[in-house]
Amino acid sequence: MLTTDVAVVGAGPAGLLAAVDAAKAGAKTMLINEYIEPGGQLTKQIHKFFGSEEHKAGIRGIDIAAKLFKEIDELKVDKRMATVVWSIFHSNILGIAHDGKSEMLRAHKIILATGASENAFAFPGWTLPGVMGAGAAQTLINLQRVLPGQRVLMVGAGNVGLIVAYQLLQAGAEVVAVLDALPYIGGYSVHSAKIARDGVPIWTSHTVKKAHGRESVEGATVVKVDKQWELIPGTERELEVDTICIAVGLTPLTELAWLAKCKFTWVPALGGYVPLYDDKMETTVKGLYVAGDCAGIEEASTAMEEGRIAAISAVESLGLITQQRAYALRAAAYERVKEFRIGPFGEMRDQGKRFIWREREKYEGRV
Amino acid sequence: MKGGFKSTGILTAEELRGLPGIPSEKRAAEGTVAVIECAEEFPCDPCESSCVHGAIIVGRPITNLPHLKEDLCIGCGECIVECPGLAIFMMDLIYSENEATVSIPYEFLPLPRVGEKVEAVDRSGTVITTGRVIDVKNLPSQDRTAVVTIAVPKEFGWDVRGLQLKGEKDL
Repeated sequence: MLTTDVAVVGAGPAGLLAAVDAAKAGAKTMLINEYIEPGGQLTKQIHKFFGSEEHKAGIRGIDIAAKLFKEIDELKVDKRMATVVWSIFHSNILGIAHDGKSEMLRAHKIILATGASENAFAFPGWTLPGVMGAGAAQTLINLQRVLPGQRVLMVGAGNVGLIVAYQLLQAGAEVVAVLDALPYIGGYSVHSAKIARDGVPIWTSHTVKKAHGRESVEGATVVKVDKQWELIPGTERELEVDTICIAVGLTPLTELAWLAKCKFTWVPALGGYVPLYDDKMETTVKGLYVAGDCAGIEEASTAMEEGRIAAISAVESLGLITQQRAYALRAAAYERVKEFRIGPFGEMRDQGKRFIWREREKYEGRV
Repeated sequence: MKGGFKSTGILTAEELRGLPGIPSEKRAAEGTVAVIECAEEFPCDPCESSCVHGAIIVGRPITNLPHLKEDLCIGCGECIVECPGLAIFMMDLIYSENEATVSIPYEFLPLPRVGEKVEAVDRSGTVITTGRVIDVKNLPSQDRTAVVTIAVPKEFGWDVRGLQLKGEKDL
């Protein structure tokens, strides 16, 4: 059986930082990732990040990733790419599979940084080729360098929808319209302003009623919706598009945490069911930590900090750093995170996180 | 229900006037100045440290809208590429007798060439006039956000915020 001090599952922003901090503290660290390359969403994020100057703001995600890959290599983290974690046993043994071969890995500490999946949105015609998640389109253009289509309809005006619409324009597609069923644009206005001045109309209180086409998408019927999200008859309009991208939110990918029998709670502001955890990112299963989107949907900057918090707590628990040092490092990380959890966009997520901590405390009280 | 830019993505003249990053008519009439079209409180502050003249203040909390100290702005344009949201423009309303210039952060290829005529668009992407490219900067330090400066008829200085290459739509 393979053994390691710290196993990090997922090599996106949260997992990369978790692996860096664990290895820096001297823990034997294994970084396991399902995709062939590390980076998660970072390597698709060709835009400059928001945030504070000390928080890598202004740097493109793809460049942050490149820097982290170098650190991972310098720290001699055991990288296992194209490797699936297919189960978790006794809270500290992972079943991992690579190239058709399965092995067991005993890890003293496990950090789940498995990210999120895109929400689906069903409408007549949604199974036609050409209907895809916005994240899938982003993978195609920014990783595979393939333009999925020439004329795109984007469904969803949150940050993902707006950013991917912009990147589709950069890749040479025409974005025919961006729709959102909400009466307002959910994403940041700087993103909507960028595509608006490139001539992309944004229609709020609109949704897609139907996609049509014989073998793939050839067009879409869009329609206005009222405040109860009911379609308003007579407001339909036909769009000639060959691609429909769906950007209607993300759901934390938490299968491994369920398998490990973590306690969960439902937090709509964080994308649905999330495992309970404390301010060390430790779940209700001892030695099992979560970080990033699988601990509630936020963004890369906070995911990186959560990865660090989880790793600091794991190595503290392994006795590799002192309690005082761990406390100081966590406090510094929370100080940086605080900036992302204020303001009209961040407050809801901050409340969501606090709710999880309280629920976790309540649970501790019960057992 | 939220209206204006939260419904359309397009800042209205009225919304713009209320922003602390927008220079006064008086300052704009004096020559090159930054126009910071940042309308929403989210955590971001690279513009503040990009300005060595201290003309942009975000302060704390970091969600504050950037405040333009218009008398300190010398119009150097350093802030344009530091804004991750591509929301800062440089505007010179007294470039020549009949023309104003607008400097626009631009992340598309191909880049326009100096001297080229381009379609100048407003915040909604509507072509409102023709612009003449007078400068294209794309230094390594800009990290792939080029800055294209175009000259447009003076009366369009406040409205031009983007450009399209001529014939682009016909390609």
